[in-house]
Amino acid sequence: MNGIPMEHGLVLAGVLFTLGLGGLMFRRNMIFVLMSLEVMLNAAGLAFIVAGTGWQQPEGQVMFLLVITLAAAEASVGLALLIQLYHRFKTLNLDVASRMRG
Amino acid sequence: MELAFYLSALAAVLATLGVIVNPNPVHAVLYLVVSLLAVALVFFALGAPFAGALEIIVYAGAIMVLFVFVVMMLNLGHAGIEQEREWLKPRTWLGPSVLAAVLLFTLVSLLWQGDTQAVITGGGLTAKGAGTLLYGPWLLLVELGALLLLAALVTASHVGRLSPVAAPSPAPRDRPTSATGTPREDT
Repeated sequence: MNGIPMEHGLVLAGVLFTLGLGGLMFRRNMIFVLMSLEVMLNAAGLAFIVAGTGWQQPEGQVMFLLVITLAAAEASVGLALLIQLYHRFKTLNLDVASRMRG
Repeated sequence: MELAFYLSALAAVLATLGVIVNPNPVHAVLYLVVSLLAVALVFFALGAPFAGALEIIVYAGAIMVLFVFVVMMLNLGHAGIEQEREWLKPRTWLGPSVLAAVLLFTLVSLLWQGDTQAVITGGGLTAKGAGTLLYGPWLLLVELGALLLLAALVTASHVGRLSPVAAPSPAPRDRPTSATGTPREDT
């Protein structure tokens, strides 16, 4: 066995993304929703790195840098929203924040 | 290298499973740290050491510390854990899991039909290649990232500020600094 087939890396990224998607759909606590989003972004970055190493192109790393920047921005804004939710409703249940009936 | 890849891939999948089914937020955050470290090990095994180091420093270091700070600041008690345990009935997670599994099955079957024939033998992705790309043809991406981080900083410090009407806190002097100080950690 010499080297890793690129499909295996992409399947790993797909499995991690699917786990994050499942967690995003069936959790109602906002902390877990944000963590599932982090897992999904991380899986996208893994797919970029796998493609970059598979085709020997450094662009994969550049896109991974952008994904990390996006994850940092998303985490900071999401955690600020979480603090607001907790201070207004004293709970982290996302269903209480449905005043607009959306 | 192959053994390191498959073992750390297994660790990443198991730790991510621990994140999404755990009722305790602190345990879930720690499982997520383990998952990110396993993914960083996958990067090292694939031959992208710069990305692996970045994953450890930025993801497992900065972003997860932010999560731990917020979870510890909110001080969620045992009642929240009991409520989470009650929400995690099979009636709740069965439907979304089946949908996600169908999507995963489609993705994997499409990947298996493809013929990329690419085999990763390791090496190749260094910090030098990324740097010459970032400050050469992809300069716009650096500026976009800077703009995104600035927008996130402004948004987090505006949204995270607690109004005195919504939260009549006994100590109004240190509450807003802790709320606006937390999003500043990662930028």
